[in-house]
Amino acid sequence: METVLISPAKAAIFGIPSVIFSILIPLIGTLLFAYIILKRLTPLLKAAPDPRLDRLINRVFQLFKFAILQYRHLRYPVAGIIHILIFAGFVILSLRSVTLIMLGIFDGFTLPGLSGTIGNFYTVLKDITATVVLMACIAAMVRRGLFKPARYAVPSKYGKGHAGEALVVLMLISGLMLCDMAFEGSLAAAGVQEGLTTGTALPGTGSGLAAKLFNKLSLAQLQNIHLAAFFFHDLIFFFFLCFLPLGKHFHVITSLPNIFLMKLDKGKIKPVRWGVEEPEIVDLESFGIKKFGDFTWKHMLDFYSCADCGRCSDQCPANAVVRPLSPRFLSIKCRNELFQNYPLIGGTTQDESPLIGHIFEEDEIWSCTTCGACETECPLLIEYIDKIVDIRRGMVDEGMVPQSLQKPLHSLERRGNPYGKTPKRRIEWIKELPEENHVKIFQEEQTANTLYFVDSVTSYDDRIQEIARATARVLMAAGIDFGILGPAEKDSGHEVRRFGEEMLFLSLKNSNTEAIKNSGVKNIITSDPHAFNALKNDYTDIPPVEHTSQVIARKIKSGEIRLKGVENGDGIYTYHDSCYLGRHNGIYDAPRDVIDAIPGIKRVEMARCGDRAFCCGGGGLNLFYEPVEEKRMAQVRVEMAKEAGANIIVTACPFCMVHIEDGIKTSGLESEMQVIDLMELIDHSLITE
Amino acid sequence: MEIFVCVKRVPDTGENEIELDSGSNGIKRDDLVYSINEWDNYAVEEAIQIREKHGGSVTVVTVDNEEGDEVLRREMAMGADRGVLVMDKAFEGSDGRGIASILKAVVEKEHYDLVLTGVQADDGAAQIGGLLAAMLGWPYASIVNEIEILDEKKIRIHREVAGGNLEVYEVDLPCVLSVQTGINEPRYVPIRGVMKAAGLDVPVYGTADLGLSPESVGEAGATVKVKNYFVPEAGDRAEMLEGSTEEIIDKLIDLLKSKGGVR
Amino acid sequence: MALHIYSYILHNKGVIDDTAFEAISAAGVIDPDASITAVAAGSGLDLDAVCNQASKHYQEVWKIDSEALSYPDAEVIRRLLVRIIPKGDIVLIPHEHFGMDLAPGLSVMLDAAYLSDAVDFGGIGDGRLSAIRQEFNGQVNTQVECDISNGAVITIRPGSFKGDEGQCANGPIVDKTSEAMEGGIPAVGRRFLKFVEAEVGEIDITQSEVLVSVGRGIADEDNLEIAFDLAKVMGGDVSCSRPIVDAKWLEKERQVGNSGKTVKPKVYLALGISGAFQHLAGLKGNPFVVAVNKNPKAPIFQAADVGVIADILDFIPELTDKINEIKR
Repeated sequence: METVLISPAKAAIFGIPSVIFSILIPLIGTLLFAYIILKRLTPLLKAAPDPRLDRLINRVFQLFKFAILQYRHLRYPVAGIIHILIFAGFVILSLRSVTLIMLGIFDGFTLPGLSGTIGNFYTVLKDITATVVLMACIAAMVRRGLFKPARYAVPSKYGKGHAGEALVVLMLISGLMLCDMAFEGSLAAAGVQEGLTTGTALPGTGSGLAAKLFNKLSLAQLQNIHLAAFFFHDLIFFFFLCFLPLGKHFHVITSLPNIFLMKLDKGKIKPVRWGVEEPEIVDLESFGIKKFGDFTWKHMLDFYSCADCGRCSDQCPANAVVRPLSPRFLSIKCRNELFQNYPLIGGTTQDESPLIGHIFEEDEIWSCTTCGACETECPLLIEYIDKIVDIRRGMVDEGMVPQSLQKPLHSLERRGNPYGKTPKRRIEWIKELPEENHVKIFQEEQTANTLYFVDSVTSYDDRIQEIARATARVLMAAGIDFGILGPAEKDSGHEVRRFGEEMLFLSLKNSNTEAIKNSGVKNIITSDPHAFNALKNDYTDIPPVEHTSQVIARKIKSGEIRLKGVENGDGIYTYHDSCYLGRHNGIYDAPRDVIDAIPGIKRVEMARCGDRAFCCGGGGLNLFYEPVEEKRMAQVRVEMAKEAGANIIVTACPFCMVHIEDGIKTSGLESEMQVIDLMELIDHSLITE
Repeated sequence: MEIFVCVKRVPDTGENEIELDSGSNGIKRDDLVYSINEWDNYAVEEAIQIREKHGGSVTVVTVDNEEGDEVLRREMAMGADRGVLVMDKAFEGSDGRGIASILKAVVEKEHYDLVLTGVQADDGAAQIGGLLAAMLGWPYASIVNEIEILDEKKIRIHREVAGGNLEVYEVDLPCVLSVQTGINEPRYVPIRGVMKAAGLDVPVYGTADLGLSPESVGEAGATVKVKNYFVPEAGDRAEMLEGSTEEIIDKLIDLLKSKGGVR
Repeated sequence: MALHIYSYILHNKGVIDDTAFEAISAAGVIDPDASITAVAAGSGLDLDAVCNQASKHYQEVWKIDSEALSYPDAEVIRRLLVRIIPKGDIVLIPHEHFGMDLAPGLSVMLDAAYLSDAVDFGGIGDGRLSAIRQEFNGQVNTQVECDISNGAVITIRPGSFKGDEGQCANGPIVDKTSEAMEGGIPAVGRRFLKFVEAEVGEIDITQSEVLVSVGRGIADEDNLEIAFDLAKVMGGDVSCSRPIVDAKWLEKERQVGNSGKTVKPKVYLALGISGAFQHLAGLKGNPFVVAVNKNPKAPIFQAADVGVIADILDFIPELTDKINEIKR
């Protein structure tokens, strides 16, 4: 291509051929970058195992969805759009940047495939892209610098704010764009002056604007701008590259592997140690995460990958009620710890100090209800639940368990339920059912195809027993032949596992598994989403399990269950998603379909519904944990329902019922708000001949 | 500091499930779940904390049958260094004095600086610590809710007395203390710890090991014997007071008077 | 042969403790013909006042008067008692914090049987005293037999016997100081340093015998006053359920329940408390529970001994007034 300006590959600066710089800058930059990355990888190489290379096709698909298509970004529209624009720009302009760097070495360099028409097209595209990216950066800077969205704020206990780093990076990106524009603009301006037509600078783009701006300048001045723009681009590019792994912008590099290596199994909890099977885990020297080095390498990669966007904590119910937990800072504190223990210069410090008391407090770790809102929101698929469970395992192993949880745990061990009641009272709820609703008990040699797994709260809690009875009646009305395990049933252990008492969970699981197998059933139904998740995702080798909402939705569709008009005509119903139906198992529609099948029912959605539903306070052992908080989660949730205009909250989980009922009471809204379980609602609406 | 902690296995009575067995004049025990007496657990935790701070060892001792072994292992999983099961047919039916004299013989087998018991157990007698101290001729303090080790010869303790008030004493070692709940926050014993403690060695002492004559202990030596169990009368559901507010209040005040609520 | 029973008297600031009179009834149940001697230790005018009060109802009062006993240390008193109380007799001591410190060791030193925390007695037969005790937090009563042939030290649960002040004895006061002090104040391995009073505002509901406990039914922070008024006239303390603490209307230390305190009062008034199991879990020792709630279905009525269906905001002030009236 004929140009009027000397290219950086051929020019000289103060008499030194500039090509030397064009080679030295990338060389030094790349070496430095490689060194930093190596340093950053060191702790990962020593970390606990974490196999992540299974189901590769699925992983490629996830990479495409979450990384390339930025699937989760639009959940926060403003930041999302800006991010998508900048990210798309990065992808498009990466080619240009490489070309530009190479141009300093080889005059007239083009990437293979980017010559001719495609090349021209690309040139136009990249000019537009650079302009868009520049504008997006300015918008982002205005947003962070002037509007300062609340979710970026850093509470003082976590140190200083991170806006500075964000602004620096935005300026660097803007700098890259401006350099390219000046480089192109100066060339185009010179071309116009010399009457050449080959120089392209699309009007309206940054390059076009620059060309216009420069058209009064002398050739010598244009030459200087051209070279300066090139080298500034080179310098910024490699500075930026080496700057990325020093902070939250490491995600620019780690996000792709982090998403590719994401956790594919929702609702499941990682084993205590990958590769160590059940009987042997007793003999592990240590359990769970006690010191930093106990994290798996993927969890450390998560720490590197956190972009500090604050979406997790923005959605976190524990954070919302001011419990001492913010998932965002869980990652950030750990990243700081990694950076500190593995400095770029100087030796690494093998940090053996216990995490609790050092970077975490006990209450911080117990504050999580494992609702999964953070994980559902994170654009980078960072995991929190597994980490928290692993840290809890370490705490349990050291005996660090709040007093209020010790008694229920002890009762679970001794009696198979957290209330310390005898197993034989597990069937007390059936005693209040009328004769015609006889519930079979497998232990008593009765048989059926279906098992109704009741679980502890529904078996023992006076109020929740109503749900069991409603479920029994509805299942009978649907013509399902079912039985219960009775005294042979033990707590599903769902929260036992999530509170870190793995060995207790395993004993409960093994006992239930045996009882289920002995019953000879072909499928399992439960009205408790926590039991549902445990049986589905924690247990193995048992018949398939469904939640009552799924079963009843199907039975309504098939006409096996018929419903009469809504009982409470003034009721405005809203469905409160259970975390372990929704987020963890993707069941959002079935319960809604069931409600909507009641003729004449009025249902509204809360602002936070579906996968953004706000946790009620958590299941199982969460009932016994006494957190430090400003408000109860359920109170916040009841407010949300009220705001949506509802006066009846429909739950599909016994724990949601307990919490929401409590929330209504503690907010003094007994006269305005009610709560009903989905099965109770259907039970009231059954048409029975 | 060599610490000796006396513990007892008791039925878990949190859920009102004590039922009488009309046949044997005792309580039905088949359906009961046993665990360490709550007060004793605090005592073990306190002993472990003292050892963690000042060194030494913690020995946990129970007078029981084979079932006591599990309680000892649990406390060993918690952090006690040794467990000793004191078991002999001849010990069965011992009253408080009998148990104290057996424990005295165990204490005297080795050197200890400090003996801890819980304030009381399921029978609510609150007696073992005081009896044992007197038998050993050691100083005693009951209902202790703070222990501070001053040096190898002295400790300072707080006793909990009525109304949340405290008495502070300096006590010479060796001594016996009965420990109140709330003195610390006992650590949790994970199931894994219990499983690991299953392999530990727990010695068993009988009359011969302790140099006790069978007549002095057990049923034979007991001066206090339980003859019969019965349930104190209590209604299932509240007796509902009805009538005008005035009538209700009069009835209620009469009831409160008889129960000590209005004096 | 009639028994001789000694009763160790507790007192505070010159005022005799109720348990001293309860012991008279207890002794009467053990053996109506028993002769009863009160034993009081302390110093100066306070002790004299106590002995005078005791002598009105006891057939005999022994006093041990020493400056060194102005704050009684059970380790010292035990040794003094051994010097004056003959072996083979019965000694009654209240089963409370001082008695628990004193009594077990005393039985060993007197070579007597030790019977703890008796709530009632049957008769004596064949050298054996039949007594009633409670086990398992009051869930089960036991009838025990205590061999008193070598004497016995018996602790009596405070409040189990009526304080018998009716009986007029006007017994003599015998100064046993010199006998008890022979050889001086006994050396013991425990030294009293100080008494720390619970901080003001820091209330220990676990020690309260009467609790006026409020729940959500109180509706508003300002209404708490009516609960405090009632507690005052009943000589009890105010406790509460979790929502009240959550609302920061009362201190955490007043909370009864799973996450609060475990209390063991004699009388528990559950006012506007629904009776969640988390709350009831904190209620031990089989107290007399009165539930007042406007919701007839409130589970608290399952756990209460007596129930009243009423709005506590109306009911409590009336109850307070009535009790006040009676007390006047």
